[in-house]
Amino acid sequence: MTKTPETLFDKVWDAHVVKHIADGPDVFFIDRHFIHEVTSPVAFLGLQKRNARVLFPERTFATADHNTPTIDQHLPVKDALSANQLKALEENSAKHGISHWGLGDPKNGIVHVVGPENGITLPGMTVVCGDSHTSTHGAFGAIAFGIGTSEVEMVLASQCIMQVKPKKMRINVNGALGKGITPKDVALYIISQITASGATGYFVEYAGDVFENMSMEGRMTVCNLSIEMGARGGMIAPDQTTIDYLKGKEKAPKGEEWTKAVEYWKTLKTDPGAVFDKELNYNAADIEPQITYGTNPGLGTGISRNIPFASAVKDGEASYKKSLAYMGFSEGEKIIGKKVDYVFLGSCTNGRIEDFRAFASIVKGRKKADNITAWLVPGSHVVEQQIKDEGILDILTEAGFQLRQPGCSACLAMNDDKIPAGKYAVSTSNRNFEGRQGPGSRTLLASPLVAAAAAVTGVVTDPRELL
Amino acid sequence: MAYDKFEILKSTAVPLPIENVDTDQIIPARFLKATERKGFGDNLFRDWRYNTDGTPKADFVLNNGTYSGKILVGGKNFGSGSSREHAAWAIYDYGFRCVVSSFFADIFKNNSLNIGVLPVQVSSEFLDKIFKVIEKDPKTELEVNLPDQTITLLASGEKESFSIDGYKKHNMLNGFDDIDYLQAMKEEILAFATRLTH
Ligand code: SF4
Repeated sequence: MTKTPETLFDKVWDAHVVKHIADGPDVFFIDRHFIHEVTSPVAFLGLQKRNARVLFPERTFATADHNTPTIDQHLPVKDALSANQLKALEENSAKHGISHWGLGDPKNGIVHVVGPENGITLPGMTVVCGDSHTSTHGAFGAIAFGIGTSEVEMVLASQCIMQVKPKKMRINVNGALGKGITPKDVALYIISQITASGATGYFVEYAGDVFENMSMEGRMTVCNLSIEMGARGGMIAPDQTTIDYLKGKEKAPKGEEWTKAVEYWKTLKTDPGAVFDKELNYNAADIEPQITYGTNPGLGTGISRNIPFASAVKDGEASYKKSLAYMGFSEGEKIIGKKVDYVFLGSCTNGRIEDFRAFASIVKGRKKADNITAWLVPGSHVVEQQIKDEGILDILTEAGFQLRQPGCSACLAMNDDKIPAGKYAVSTSNRNFEGRQGPGSRTLLASPLVAAAAAVTGVVTDPRELL
Repeated sequence: MAYDKFEILKSTAVPLPIENVDTDQIIPARFLKATERKGFGDNLFRDWRYNTDGTPKADFVLNNGTYSGKILVGGKNFGSGSSREHAAWAIYDYGFRCVVSSFFADIFKNNSLNIGVLPVQVSSEFLDKIFKVIEKDPKTELEVNLPDQTITLLASGEKESFSIDGYKKHNMLNGFDDIDYLQAMKEEILAFATRLTH
């Protein structure tokens, strides 16, 4: 009997179903659980009320990132509420035997940066965290998605959550990317094509030579942004690039275990003939550097284009007009040349070493524009160290930039890194919602290259002119 | 955390005819610093509801005495963005038990069901009708009937059915949560874990 062809997603999902509840969800087993200070305290409190213990403490990993300061991390955290959350994370981890990378720990950093960096996320795993950009880990061929605090409590108590299996979508991008076109542009392009809700209810697999030729860092950027088109998550089949990245990572398997693991990982791909609920195809050649102009990640376009008229976008007219009014933009305007006040390089979307290399490639030999305040925030201490070791810090310093310490920072502005009301920020993060980067802040999402181009010219600039 | 049972909810409704209401609007990140689940309702829609000096914005619907009730009616793609459950807590804590929209973001829908807020997805035509009827008569009542899975405009009797899976429906009707269920499965889960590759 021939086996029905299966998708990568089916293979990983089905291997983790403890039980299917009739007319209900699956009881879904979680291999790796990441926690941080913001969405876990209430879950631990719930656990305590039930008098329950963490069932598999060795499967949960804690790091402090969301509300940590990005300067003077050696000093006590000034904000009392933040300090309280950090203390709760530390105490809860200690109490339940969970490994914890607190502020100042050399392994500390943004949860979705440090997980892969340490080989905690592996192909074929199920990974969750109380943060929607958990989808990042899908770059390894894992099923990874964000959960709410009730679900964090479920995982702590039982290592399972209740999940209805999502529908499957494959997004193929083929061809060669032009000069200056980064993984961020590929992702923003896709989101602009299918809108911020276009993949709701689906789990996405990215396929095609554009993703095959991408580094792990690039794949993480793409999978990270899956949630911004509404998808539960996105994944890419593991290949030699994945294997090379993981080899030697601290928590990755070693010796015979490694050989066995690699053998298994090689089976993790979609079989020919497997069926998806939806399949989309794009050409790499159509993608230019992207930038958003509205208040959801779907409102973006090629940097050389004008802001579309309401009739050309899929968002309702009233919502679209509200969005542009918030941004202080008008329909039909050019985006190039718009004045920028802040530049943010960082976040779990673009806070990895490649992103700093890209940024440095443009600012090298140039100077920061006087009107720009730049926040360059590495995703982890490991990235920070690499920046120093590779001489990137020297390039940045010479160009008039400073490096901050790792954390989520202006991605969600829970700490002091808030973009002031009315100011424009070109940001490499993932959300341009109203007030996301500080009350009244105006965010233009873009790649590290576009961010660098804005940082040295003071206005929105096509990075291809500076490469 | 257990919540009150949900069976039939008859109430006036608060209209918020905006699309893509993301969870950063429902509860901005700077209000996520609590270590307990308390008081989030005060900051529900904080930046739409209050000026920076803390005075209420008169034109925002929650500050407009005309509308009230336990049902919040939102535009398409409600609850997108961040996975923060605090958004659902804020809605619950403010006093809503049900959110009606023509489309919900996945995580928000899950989170709501887990804490006792019922997401009711209706067709965009029916949603438009609801907005129009409320606008004309803010005192008009809606009935959300979970056993029958219907939502009715009581003035005219027009109704639509909505879907919810049998398991979640049972939980909502009884005020149960998933953790009770999962804890009862502990042995099965432990046995499953021994068979895993990871
Ligand atoms: S960088 Fe932003 S998106 Fe990433 S984990 Fe931190 S807050 Fe979430």
